[in-house]
Amino acid sequence: MGFFSRIKAGLKKTGAVLNTDIRDLFKSEGRLIDEEFLEEVRGILFRTDMGYDSTEALVEEIGKKLRGRVVQLEEVVDVLKAKLKELMHQPASPIEYAASGPTVVMVCGVNGAGKTTSIAKLASQFRSEGKSVVLGAGDTFRAAAVQQLTIWADRLGASIVTAPSGTHPATVGYQTVEKALADKIDVAIIDTAGRLQTQSDLMAELTKIRAALAKALPGSPHEVLLVLDATTGQNGVSQASKFADAAGCTGIVLAKLDGTAKGGVVVSIRQQLGLPVKYVGLGESHEDLAPFNPDEFVDALFSDVLAATA
Amino acid sequence: MFDALQENLGAAFKTLRGQGKLTEGNMRDGLKLVEKALLEADVSYEVVRTFMKRVGEQALGEKVLGSLRPNEQVIGIVYQELVNLMGPVDHSLHLKGKGDVTVLMMCGLQGSGKTTTCGKLGKMLKANGRRPLLVAADLQRPAAIDQLHVLGEQLDIPVFSDRTTQDPVKVTANAVERAKKLEADVVILDTAGRLHIDSELMDQLKRIDQRCHPDQIYLVVDGMTGQDAVNSAKAFNEALELDGVIMTKLDGDARGGAAISVKEVTGVPLKFMGTGEHLENLEPFHPERMAGRILGQGDMMSLVEKAQQEFDQDEAKRLEEQLAKGEFTLDDFLKQMQQIKRLGPMKKVLGMIPGMGSMLGDLDELDAEGDLRRLQGIIHSMTLNERRKPKTIDQSRRRRIAAGAGVEPSAVNDLVKQFDTIAPIMTAMAGKGMGDRMKMMKQVQSEMAGNPAGMLSKKKQSTGKRLSTKDKAQALKERQKRLKQLKKQKKK
Repeated sequence: MGFFSRIKAGLKKTGAVLNTDIRDLFKSEGRLIDEEFLEEVRGILFRTDMGYDSTEALVEEIGKKLRGRVVQLEEVVDVLKAKLKELMHQPASPIEYAASGPTVVMVCGVNGAGKTTSIAKLASQFRSEGKSVVLGAGDTFRAAAVQQLTIWADRLGASIVTAPSGTHPATVGYQTVEKALADKIDVAIIDTAGRLQTQSDLMAELTKIRAALAKALPGSPHEVLLVLDATTGQNGVSQASKFADAAGCTGIVLAKLDGTAKGGVVVSIRQQLGLPVKYVGLGESHEDLAPFNPDEFVDALFSDVLAATA
Repeated sequence: MFDALQENLGAAFKTLRGQGKLTEGNMRDGLKLVEKALLEADVSYEVVRTFMKRVGEQALGEKVLGSLRPNEQVIGIVYQELVNLMGPVDHSLHLKGKGDVTVLMMCGLQGSGKTTTCGKLGKMLKANGRRPLLVAADLQRPAAIDQLHVLGEQLDIPVFSDRTTQDPVKVTANAVERAKKLEADVVILDTAGRLHIDSELMDQLKRIDQRCHPDQIYLVVDGMTGQDAVNSAKAFNEALELDGVIMTKLDGDARGGAAISVKEVTGVPLKFMGTGEHLENLEPFHPERMAGRILGQGDMMSLVEKAQQEFDQDEAKRLEEQLAKGEFTLDDFLKQMQQIKRLGPMKKVLGMIPGMGSMLGDLDELDAEGDLRRLQGIIHSMTLNERRKPKTIDQSRRRRIAAGAGVEPSAVNDLVKQFDTIAPIMTAMAGKGMGDRMKMMKQVQSEMAGNPAGMLSKKKQSTGKRLSTKDKAQALKERQKRLKQLKKQKKK
């Protein structure tokens, strides 16, 4: 399955909701764009969780460009798409591999966002690229988190560094990088315990883990990924902002995008913080991870509309 | 947020003050702000629309438009409607007698916090003299069984699991059988997280339901969920006929608007909320608190409840009597602060105070405990007489106290000023009902708003906030009434 069809399959439900709704608005030849129409568009956009400001900006755009006109579906879709692409525009951002030596990736996020599963997916991705991977079981807090990661490491043929429950996660991180250096492993992925962004002591711990990694290998971590649950609402902005502050996040893994949630909060995040989405999680299997591409993301949302009317 | 909302509403209405009446157009601007607040709190768009229609009708009524403080009235209406939306509550787990086995089933999306909630419920049940049995029916996620076993060990609660099968229906059925042998009276089923659109896994839930006939089925919802809460809650309710909802992860800064959405689409009561990672952090759900939280109003009720648990009851009673007599000294102030300190980390306590929620960001740098220690030092450096009558503190006394406490003389001044602000409020508060106290807290809050560090110097107030002669007379009357009651009690 190619990237485009995969992301499309994952977003099918998402797209279906958005597209059906839009199509409903254009039952026949075209519709007059008036206040009532804009309110309907507003509702559709709000349901994507993209947030108040982003939604209002888009609705205003449509209103400005098309108000009072009777339009075809494609026109409105084009306006929405153009505006969304503009909002989500970002440089192509794959994982930045270290020029030499191991690439260190630190993964953080709130409880239950899907960190461990995302790490498994990342490891699987790196493995399929022929890279060797070591996992650092840095979640020494939650019951059985280390076991969960160990099971994944076994399944994916990655090595793993573990420590007894209660060990400081910075120690685990340091040892993982040490092992990566000693065994000449290409990628080291460091897991961290889930934490709410308001727990300042735990957020400070992230800073410490980061420092420990840098101590083991100057210049690392090369990537710090925030795993964000796609069902998250506007709190995602607070998560992104505080995790970025504490851990210096370089990007987002948008997990659980295979449900009906749209993950639109990344639009707000992108707009307010400039933090790009790097990957999207589209299922429970370790292969269900795709690099994020904003243009294709937006196109996939609307492609059904155009296919239906073409 | 509540402050911002209140402020914005105030600004929207203020422009019209002096010009006579408020217009409908102005009110609509104000309501738009309410709508924004709700949408930013992740309340479902549909719910917000119908909600705003209802609030709009009331707010545009003549009573509000003609009133002196329309912004407060509007907030009041919004708050009340929110409470109505999320109520009524039902905190009972509907347990059968101890000789019988009650089966509770947890379900929800991945990562919503089911397993942790199972542990918390188990702990709560055990504390209430029940014999719970945790059942590991999550055969999907690697190590989920281990996680439950670790929780069981921590809590000293038996855990049933079967690693030989991949069929959760079988596991749960066996578990219910086993419960009788283990003499457990509550079985808690921890099912795997699943997407509501995964028909295969949803069917599996239905099969567990048909096979085990759980007495109560609870949906566990992540308090940070956005607009999608409506879709998932609806699907789970259609598949299983839920009996209640448990919201989790509400100890963060999520405003939890999903609570409203879920209640609206399922109609089932919100039972509990998870407020921390530790196993005792499970609290009954209160619509009033949630309404305040969604509006960013803080969790005054939780604080009051916690205070009642932690405060020294005798001391509190003595203080109450003092207050009723209209006496509130620096000594009392100190004792109160010490009691507040007992509530836990200052930051958590402050976060529960209305108006403080939005300022918690600033509080990160705030050394609340240090401030408290300094204030204590100052008060300890005073003579008993000075503590009773701070007005006697003149320049030379101030210098002496400051030297004794190792602070600048201005700090002593600040404290006395602070005390001046609080004392009359504390006295007025004594003998009032909860509602009045809340109102008074709001006043304190508005006074504190410009002064987040809590160093509330007495500010010049607008005349609107002052007690009228009538109010003063009323307060005096109530104080005397209270005093009489206290005397009566003493005689008995």
